[in-house]
Amino acid sequence: MSLWSRITYVFRGDRLNHEIDEEFAAHIEEAIAAGDDPAEVRRTFGSQLRLREQSRDAHIVAWLDCLRADVVFGWRLLLKRKITTAAAVLSLALAIGACTSAFRLIDALFLRPLPVAHADRIYVLAIRIPDFNGAPLTFDTFAYPDFARMRAAAQGQAELIAASLASRTDLTYATDNEMEKGYVQYVSGWMFSSFGLQPALGRLLSANDDRTPGVSPYAVISYNYWTRRFGNDPGVLGRSVHIGSGIFQIIGVGPKSFTGTEPGIVTDIFLPAMMHPAVARDDNSWLRTLAVVNPGVPIEPLRANLDAVNLHFETERAKGWAGMSQHNIDMFLQMKLLIQPAASGVSRLQDDYRRALIWLGVLVVLVLLIACANVANLMTAQAASRTREMALRVSIGAGRSRLVQLVLVENAMLALFSAALGALFAWWAAPFVVSRINPPDNPAHLVLPADWRVLVFGLLLTLAVTLLFGLAPALRASSIQPVTALKGGEEPRSRHRSMYALIAAQVAFCFVVLFFAGLFVNTFRHLKSQPLGFEPHDLLLLETVAPHGQPPESWSQMADTLRAVPGVKDVAIAGSPLLSLNNWSGNIGVPGIPRNDQWGYFLSISPNWLGTVKMRLIEGRDFNPTDSFPGQAIVNQAFIKTFFNGADPLGRTFEKINPSGSHQLCQVIGVVPDAAYSSLHVPILPVAYVPVRQMDSKGVLNPAGSGVFLLRTSGNNPLSLAPTLRRLVAKTNPAFRVSNVQTQQELVDNQTIRERLLALLAMFFATVALLLAAIGLYGVLSYSVLQREREIGIRIAIGARIGSIARLVTAQIFVSVCIGAAAGIALGMASVRYVQTLLFGVRGTDPSMLIAPAVVLLAAALLAALPAVLRAARINPSIMLRAE
Amino acid sequence: MQGSLDLLVLKVLSRQPKLHGYAIMTAIKRTSGDVLNAEVGSLYPALHRMEETGLIRAEWAAKDTGRRTRIYQLTAAGKRQLAAEVTRWHAVSSAINRVLQEA
Repeated sequence: MSLWSRITYVFRGDRLNHEIDEEFAAHIEEAIAAGDDPAEVRRTFGSQLRLREQSRDAHIVAWLDCLRADVVFGWRLLLKRKITTAAAVLSLALAIGACTSAFRLIDALFLRPLPVAHADRIYVLAIRIPDFNGAPLTFDTFAYPDFARMRAAAQGQAELIAASLASRTDLTYATDNEMEKGYVQYVSGWMFSSFGLQPALGRLLSANDDRTPGVSPYAVISYNYWTRRFGNDPGVLGRSVHIGSGIFQIIGVGPKSFTGTEPGIVTDIFLPAMMHPAVARDDNSWLRTLAVVNPGVPIEPLRANLDAVNLHFETERAKGWAGMSQHNIDMFLQMKLLIQPAASGVSRLQDDYRRALIWLGVLVVLVLLIACANVANLMTAQAASRTREMALRVSIGAGRSRLVQLVLVENAMLALFSAALGALFAWWAAPFVVSRINPPDNPAHLVLPADWRVLVFGLLLTLAVTLLFGLAPALRASSIQPVTALKGGEEPRSRHRSMYALIAAQVAFCFVVLFFAGLFVNTFRHLKSQPLGFEPHDLLLLETVAPHGQPPESWSQMADTLRAVPGVKDVAIAGSPLLSLNNWSGNIGVPGIPRNDQWGYFLSISPNWLGTVKMRLIEGRDFNPTDSFPGQAIVNQAFIKTFFNGADPLGRTFEKINPSGSHQLCQVIGVVPDAAYSSLHVPILPVAYVPVRQMDSKGVLNPAGSGVFLLRTSGNNPLSLAPTLRRLVAKTNPAFRVSNVQTQQELVDNQTIRERLLALLAMFFATVALLLAAIGLYGVLSYSVLQREREIGIRIAIGARIGSIARLVTAQIFVSVCIGAAAGIALGMASVRYVQTLLFGVRGTDPSMLIAPAVVLLAAALLAALPAVLRAARINPSIMLRAE
Repeated sequence: MQGSLDLLVLKVLSRQPKLHGYAIMTAIKRTSGDVLNAEVGSLYPALHRMEETGLIRAEWAAKDTGRRTRIYQLTAAGKRQLAAEVTRWHAVSSAINRVLQEA
């Protein structure tokens, strides 16, 4: 008989028993027919049951049979204790689900290799400047001429691939007035073949499409975009798309699995790097350099080789920087080239969320540990009520390992149910978190497949959880001494000790989670209440482009047209919106004051911009329509402090010194308070506001190609005006095109997305952790009161007061909570410096940050202890003692 | 002696296939001249074990009384095993005989 039949017999045990019995019956019948004495024949069979067991063991896989019996028994037990089971399954499910969600996110963003050939041989180059204004600075973008030299130097050792940062770009398949957004990425033509990718349709870009600047207007679209935008229509081949000032012809669709090189962004359109407008410029760093290193090539010599090429390039370039101080140039040239593994791609999302996700992972693991401790305590309490059963099993011959298996199987079933429920939770939660990353109109696209990687993780996690909460109770159950247990003797003190140790651990972990949650929530609150210096409510931003450039008069005429729209109270123009991460900077020189190496920041604004954004003028005047840049400027207080040594600057002049050495002279005509500029995360920057009317070095007016109209509206929902305004702009002057409409409030909110996400999730986990810890505390206390009912009864009978009973019941647990809290404080203090980069305006060592979680924990502990204490106090000694 | 029951069962079945448990028992008793007696308590576990390891094959056969009975016969593996066991038995018994004659 095969193994398979032995396995199937495990689940058809009755039939097997029946067959064995039938054979024996036939034997007896035969013997009697042959004339033997019936009683004698039956006697020879001895204990038929034992014989049957022996034969049965020959027929089936014995351990599997035991397992089956354990599963059936475990299932009955779980069903019998519905409430405990539900509590355990729910808390574990929540924790396992959260862990799996965190794994899915971390896996998708950092671990999963790109779906290309030789992903393990892909590296990315980066530059580190060891001491840039006191702090190390790392960046990973290069200018194309630099890239071309490095590629030539790496020939034979590695293939270097240029890939621009995928950027959300205006594009259209029809006229300029029907613009849409798409993620466009300029890549080296040989990227697709180096990655071993095959087209789903048409052809992919090749090295031939990427030899000469500007001559190959071809585009490859990603499969994902093909499905989303064109419904997989094969007719897409040959269509042309307008991007910037170029027209590109679609020649193919990429493979289904490939979504670009940046996790978090699905690239829509790939263009040849040679078509990038700045491909010939050595002062515009716009591309990442990926390297597919040939097998067996050592990394360090390759790095040193590329480092030398890059340094030579930058040294040549720095010779032209007349306007930059020698100190800054020397700093800059201390740069070192790094080469880092990039099997899973490179993206800004990785940089932004690396630490945040790691810390979320830590919180989630802590919650998991708390849940495990909870279930372990539940199991221990239950094991206590099963002492007699276990003792009985040992006495009738069950081996220790069988008992361990019995308890472990029961726990594994609990863990499996939790894992199934947790999987459901993770299935929902991971995409939910991703949808909360990035602004709502431009959510991150993280590919989150639920494949074998996630499955294996889930199974390993379930196994680990089972061992974590189940092994100790199982071992304890097996080490039972039947003699003492069956006599009804006192169980060993050690059981209580382990329960209290678990309580202390729970409290410690819970404290850490609460502490971190407090830090993240306060960080978010601080950022949120950061004084902006302007009023973002009801401010609508119309980002507008004029592809061929328009003189300042046309821009202000358009502003006048917009001002006449009902619901619009005020209109102004600026070069870019505030808090849009745009930086325009330069060195500043003030006559009579020695130059420092700090940067000054600039924003071009129209007259009445101050009034429209509601920025107060401290002294001086606003711009008038004839002011220009160079010419006049309004500066903030940080600017005065940084460059005028705090002296009154009104009427004085400063120069903007550009890297090329050219100077632009400005007279300060007004002073405004400090306000946020490009980011809420950095300290207030020295900013000079200059007129949108800009002149070149010969004094000729520059036609502006892009700008933003700021509209102060009176309605509740400024965005409802958007369609009207778009049409109005197109109708009034076809040379203008609205490329993006958003509110200033959205830009402010975008600044705090990561912090809000962290605060939200940390709060959620803190609530869960607190709830679990409180339930755990409550469970252990009620159990210990139950165990000591008789003792308490006697104490009450001989006159103990409620106070002393309460002390008796809670003393031990109070000590555990205190030890746990102390350990939690130590843990929190030790780890807080690793989260400091995620914090803003909050110091981890601040006592108030430690006191708040401690108070919350203590309150929760008191609340959890109350029912048990009441119960102890209500014990009626006469009933209790009579019952015994 | 250890393993001798298996040898006897295999030999009986090689002489006469398709016997049920009782018949095997009586065959051993008869051919040994009532000297060897296979106990029910060892015979059936041995039969089931040999069935499991593939030395013998069992099937159900209907009897006149309407009851079913389980009958056994040798498999190819069983035949090879029998040959090996017989050789081993002869080697062992002649060795024992030599030891006894020495004394």
